[in-house]
Amino acid sequence: MKTFLTTTALALALAGTAHAEGKLSIYHWFEYIPQELLDKFAAEYDVEVTMDTYDSNEALLAALKAGKLGEYDVAVPGDYMVKIMGDEGMLDTFEPSELSNFGNIEDQWLDVAFDPGRKSSIPYQWGSTSFSVNKEVYGGDLDSLGLIFEPPAELKGKINVLDTAGETLTLASLYLGIPQCTADRDQLKALNDLVQTAKADWASFGSDVAKDVLVSGDAAAGMIWSGFSAKARSEGAPIEYVFPKEGMIVWMDNVVLLKDAPNRDNALKFMNFLLEPENAAAVTNYAQYTAGVKDVAPLLDPEVANSPESNPPEGVTGVFVEACPEEVQVMYDAIWTNLKK
Amino acid sequence: MIKPLDLRRFTGFRALTILCLVVLYAPLIIVAIYSFNDSTSITRWGGFSLKWYVDVFTGPDAPKFRNAAINSFTIAIGAATCATIIATAAAVAMNRAGRFRGKVASLALINLPLMVPEIVTAVASLIFFITIGFKTGLMTIFIAHLVFCIPFAYLPISARMQSVPDVYEQAAMDLYATPWEAFRLILLPLMIPGILSGFLLAFIISLDDFLITNFVKGAGIETLPTAIFGSVKQGIKPNIMAISTLLLGVSVVFVTLSWFIGRAGQSKN
Amino acid sequence: MAAAAPAGATRSEIYRGNGPRLMLPVWAFIGIFLVLPVLLMAIYSFLTKEFRGGVIWEITLAAYDQFFLDRGLFGDEPPQIEWTYIGIFWRSIWQAGLATFFCLLIGFPTAWFIATRNAAVRPVWLFLVTIPYWVNLLIRTVSMKFLIRDTGPLNEFLLWLGVISEPLSLINTNFAVQLGLFYSYLPFMVLPVYAAVERYDFALSEAAADLYADNWTTLRLVILPVVKPGIVAGCILVFVPSLGAFLAPDLLGGAKTFMIGSLIEEQFKGAAGNWPFGAAAAMILLTIVLGVLLLHARAQAKGGR
Repeated sequence: MKTFLTTTALALALAGTAHAEGKLSIYHWFEYIPQELLDKFAAEYDVEVTMDTYDSNEALLAALKAGKLGEYDVAVPGDYMVKIMGDEGMLDTFEPSELSNFGNIEDQWLDVAFDPGRKSSIPYQWGSTSFSVNKEVYGGDLDSLGLIFEPPAELKGKINVLDTAGETLTLASLYLGIPQCTADRDQLKALNDLVQTAKADWASFGSDVAKDVLVSGDAAAGMIWSGFSAKARSEGAPIEYVFPKEGMIVWMDNVVLLKDAPNRDNALKFMNFLLEPENAAAVTNYAQYTAGVKDVAPLLDPEVANSPESNPPEGVTGVFVEACPEEVQVMYDAIWTNLKK
Repeated sequence: MIKPLDLRRFTGFRALTILCLVVLYAPLIIVAIYSFNDSTSITRWGGFSLKWYVDVFTGPDAPKFRNAAINSFTIAIGAATCATIIATAAAVAMNRAGRFRGKVASLALINLPLMVPEIVTAVASLIFFITIGFKTGLMTIFIAHLVFCIPFAYLPISARMQSVPDVYEQAAMDLYATPWEAFRLILLPLMIPGILSGFLLAFIISLDDFLITNFVKGAGIETLPTAIFGSVKQGIKPNIMAISTLLLGVSVVFVTLSWFIGRAGQSKN
Repeated sequence: MAAAAPAGATRSEIYRGNGPRLMLPVWAFIGIFLVLPVLLMAIYSFLTKEFRGGVIWEITLAAYDQFFLDRGLFGDEPPQIEWTYIGIFWRSIWQAGLATFFCLLIGFPTAWFIATRNAAVRPVWLFLVTIPYWVNLLIRTVSMKFLIRDTGPLNEFLLWLGVISEPLSLINTNFAVQLGLFYSYLPFMVLPVYAAVERYDFALSEAAADLYADNWTTLRLVILPVVKPGIVAGCILVFVPSLGAFLAPDLLGGAKTFMIGSLIEEQFKGAAGNWPFGAAAAMILLTIVLGVLLLHARAQAKGGR
């Protein structure tokens, strides 16, 4: 019995043994960083990199709340989630002097409301959330969120929506023209009614499948992030990313230094690494969003730089998702649960 | 023993049996076939190719799946081994130690992991590890697997022990063997088929688990099911079909192994 | 996985006195890592939720209140019965029940057919039914997802046959979930029913035939009552895991509607972040399952074997 236990313990220990000097544990969105870039970092700094992925800002928060804080070094939350995580005390701070490439951050992303003065985060990529429509299925005008929330007959039953309350309900609010985080009863009631009715016309909820369902044809329209839609298009989906007249969501994802990071030094090295124009460009060329780092433009693939998804026409408005206070958030949570019951 | 056949025959039962097997096998066989598809599109057939198998071992996702496979097999071997030892001790207690206090409760306890729904075990384990401040990682997966492997190892071991009469051990003890010697030299060798069956069942059950693992796994640690699930959520790729087919092969090897062990055990009796 | 019948088992006592010692590891591992966690979860279900995940150690009934009582979208209307979560549970029970029913419909004839084969080929048939049970559940669910998608092999095949002219929309429907559950747990039905049928004494059928019962009457009046324990065991083995299933609704149902499993998962891994509520829902599920098992044990005890 003892030998068996020892063997097992040994085997378990062996499986966890690091081959490199240091480690870096990343918690990242799925399909958002090229493996080659991680390999490059690992080779350059002799660090063993491990990465887990999530598919929504809320899933990231939930996992960190559920005991994962202290296991990861860096994560990549969106704007409003940076604010929430900061308020929850989940972020560590650094001095700009700790990152030699800090000056590479584009000025417009330097002093942001969700992290004034960039004390815990650096820009990763920014883009928008809207939806894409298969032009072979639907030939009409592509200009309104109504295609998702009050769909025409061609699209009924063929729509995938993102499986996150934040983005889906915010787009619905834009469609109705009501403010975010509203506590107004009539407005919330209208929001609830809208999504309840629309659900009958939706085929599925899924964020990680958002690209695949459009490529495979399982869905004819789907809420999706701009770059993900561009990837779907380059994989052969006959789709167009829509810039709705009601407005769309814009967001910026940021690399944050997590509190109790087991490898704080490597985390900072990694953040600094990502601020190199060359590496930021590699991410953009892969994920097809827009970097928040200077001097990236000349390093981009032309089709990525000029993609219609990343270059909205004049006059399109975008809003950031807001973090609602608790007493309002519970109502949005209730609408979401009600929607999926 | 031969009875008139018509008493046993019901029209349509054969057809339903065939249907049952078709339902059970069709998806697996089709995925296995498509794993040899040369095309990148998963549904169009583009000729026979082994390229997705090459991709599994050398492609961009290869390190991820290799690590996941190492984790899966390490945990499965470790958990199944420990579960088998614990289950063997329990089987001796239940079948060969007479009455003792808490025997009925013990049996219930052994079977408890079978009765509690997986999602409940997953949530309870997560809450437990968070509350006691136990860092999730390989160790938490191992512990969770060990617990639910115990009843699966116990069932075949106990069944086997019930079919082995104790006369040989009795004889050994009459010749002044200690209970430990009687167990080690007599009962254990007789029990080998049952123990192996128990081990294999526990091994496969550990390898199979997704839900509990997904709740208690630590940062950067994947097992094959969680890694596959993560990939599948983004759409079924041909390399996933290749991995699935490989795992299917492993399962078939194990079940065949277990079947032959079972038969060997029976014929010896 | 019915426990082996004690009939003919050795009731040996040669290691008398060692029982508690040998049982210690079981008590330690299952006690500490399963019983204790479940008790802790029971406590959590009475704690106060912390905004966005976590708990505050203050006792409250809020989680159960939320489960059973509807106070309106804004929480200030007079309480009525909340049907949302009861509905989710009811739908899960309904889905699991349907899956069980269809497993029985296919599983019983299969078990019967196998049990009435020649003793030499019986193990081969049984082996064929057992293999899928050993194959990873996730892989089986993924395979089913692949098979029934809109542009998947099943639709292509049916289109080719000319049976249908438009692809069937199977994926992301309740039907797909039932199919997935049915497919996942079918072997669980066949094996215990087979064990029961194998022990069936055909002298009973002969007696019935002598009394001019046709085969189907014999099945209904004689065989089914005799093999009922196997059928009940099979139904429980299918129903219980189906009830808390996560993979089939998530992968085949398009995550469109909550089932018990996904409702609980959402509280810990998704946006809801309401741990006490998740714990309460898990407690209610556990109560239902243990209730079913207890009823079964009672009925068996009454059956007086």
